[in-house]
Amino acid sequence: MSILLDQNTRVLVQGITGRDGSFHAKQMIDYGTKVVGGVTPGKGGQSIHGVPVFNDMKEAVAATKADASVIYVPAKFAPAAIMDAAHAGIKLIIAITEGIPVLDMLEVYHEVRRLGITLIGPNCPGLISPGKAKIGIMPGSIHLPGRVGVISRSGTLTYEIVYALTNLGLGQSTCVGIGGDPIVGTGPMDLLPLFEKDPDTDGIVLIGEIGGDEEERTAEFIRQHITKPVFAFIVGHTAPEGKRMGHAGAIVSGGSGTAGSKIKAFSHAGVPVANTIDQLAAITQMGLKK
Amino acid sequence: MKIHEYQAKQLFQQAGIPVPTGVLATTPDEAAAAAAKHGGIVAIKAQVHAGGRGKAGGIKVVKTPDDARAAAAKILGMDIKGSTVRKVWVEAGSSIAREAYLSVMLDRSTRSILFIASAAGGIDIEEVAEKTPEKILKFSTTSLTFPEAEARAAAGQLFEDAAYTESVLDIMRKLFAVFVEKDCSLVEINPLVLTHDKKVIALDGKVNFDDNALFRHPDIEELRDMGEEDPNEILAKSKGLSYVQLDGDIGCMVNGAGLAMATMDMVKLFGGQPANFLDVGGSSNPEKVIHAFKIILSKGNIKAVLINIFGGITRCDDIARGILESFKQITIDVPVVVRLTGTNAEQGLALLEGSKLIPAATFADAVRKVIVASGGTVVEEHNQ
Repeated sequence: MSILLDQNTRVLVQGITGRDGSFHAKQMIDYGTKVVGGVTPGKGGQSIHGVPVFNDMKEAVAATKADASVIYVPAKFAPAAIMDAAHAGIKLIIAITEGIPVLDMLEVYHEVRRLGITLIGPNCPGLISPGKAKIGIMPGSIHLPGRVGVISRSGTLTYEIVYALTNLGLGQSTCVGIGGDPIVGTGPMDLLPLFEKDPDTDGIVLIGEIGGDEEERTAEFIRQHITKPVFAFIVGHTAPEGKRMGHAGAIVSGGSGTAGSKIKAFSHAGVPVANTIDQLAAITQMGLKK
Repeated sequence: MKIHEYQAKQLFQQAGIPVPTGVLATTPDEAAAAAAKHGGIVAIKAQVHAGGRGKAGGIKVVKTPDDARAAAAKILGMDIKGSTVRKVWVEAGSSIAREAYLSVMLDRSTRSILFIASAAGGIDIEEVAEKTPEKILKFSTTSLTFPEAEARAAAGQLFEDAAYTESVLDIMRKLFAVFVEKDCSLVEINPLVLTHDKKVIALDGKVNFDDNALFRHPDIEELRDMGEEDPNEILAKSKGLSYVQLDGDIGCMVNGAGLAMATMDMVKLFGGQPANFLDVGGSSNPEKVIHAFKIILSKGNIKAVLINIFGGITRCDDIARGILESFKQITIDVPVVVRLTGTNAEQGLALLEGSKLIPAATFADAVRKVIVASGGTVVEEHNQ
């Protein structure tokens, strides 16, 4: 098992004829993802990488019976693309796009929640259930099928951590990159219960960073609701206050959102926090042996 | 993005929020002339993005043009938390009866737009929240529609007199409109004052914008004060890089913001001092590597550079080509440690063979090597 995504998930690619959309559609197909089509307005009727291109989401969903979609369209058009997918009946939407204005996401967030849709991202690498399927931009080759769930706000840092887990023989059930923006569709508190319920996940690795108070609230949530072991890693100890560290959401403001505050919250909840990536992999291995 | 108080007040004024009249001055004589023209008491206020300028002596209330000149002479050139004061706002003095607080901001935790109002204004709101939380009123909306009913209830309490409900409510409505229309992350009036002649005016103004939305607000982009920004950060942005300068001497070039933060943290943990945050971004145009080198080395005291790349979309061979091209185009006379993993790593490492770069097999190995190369000592206690 895995969460959210497996080899039977039928995926549409929004922006499939663009540079990124086309490249990653191919990568996903090669990994084994069931990509059933793509959407680019005005380019319907064509075919790319052996899958049909449609003009709009309603038409695409009707023709392909897709249940997930991934968005590679530019920031200016991405909020509308998410809503198109939502209104076409897609239940799992992954928004890779970086740079969406936060007020646009505020409206999108509440609308997709109201519709009962799972939105991953924006500004995220996507998700992968190793050996089954991937939706997004992560390199498939570093992953190993297994029993560790991974939740992360970052992209390349997640690859680094997955690589360290894989090198120790610790495979992953599903890895979810939730995104680095101030407002993302799905947070750790939405995903932890899914991993808790998944019989093929033994423990969860949680990768956080400075900014906001999601990690602090997650720590309390784990203490109350999660029985499987959780192992954490936080980045941004050395970030100066008031500076955005690449990710729109990675900013320490008015003394809150610091790495120290997040580590304290996890420690208080009994969640071990590693100092280094190698140590994170090591404590996960030790913790799961018990 | 941040703007100055006088720019925030100009936005407020355009939106119909009452503000005191004022004139911008860049010399003591200009400040004296502005004070003379006004004729009465004026406040001379330092225009810097840093907070706490009042405590730093950046605000003076004066009665005569001569005093205005003297105050401006003192404030101009002053250093406030690393920002040099280049401009002062000479503002008509207000006769203050009461001071309140009002702000609108994005609340990440609840995914809403949050209003904070308090009858205790003019002081640090975080201090009020800590010492007298009962004096803080909060209400929010999860849509872009003004929350009329909650706002009305709060407006009546701000000056503890229902007579001012309508004028405060009107200001709240207009402040919310500015927040939404201009894609702000924060708009704050501290203090919002009630004057002795019973007017409600914004005596201070702070506005921060969502950087992701600036593409649709060219008018706001024009308000950017280059003097307040790190020229390297601006240069980096124009080249598609993300850069923040730190205090240390070990330059870092990394792909991905999370990994870049982790790299800085690891350098520090192992006993070194990171000189910067630098994310070369997803696509791996060799040109970007050259710009990244130039920006990192421009800091001056760099003793060694660490290049840490985990190839995904980024291809390691492209990065390697960029590194080699950088050595041809610019003088790099410090040791450079390179760690390449992921997409096309072997091709990348093959390209670098025979160069004077120091290769590293793993992230931790790279961090240890760069600290040694910088003349530092590696610390290992964190593994316990």
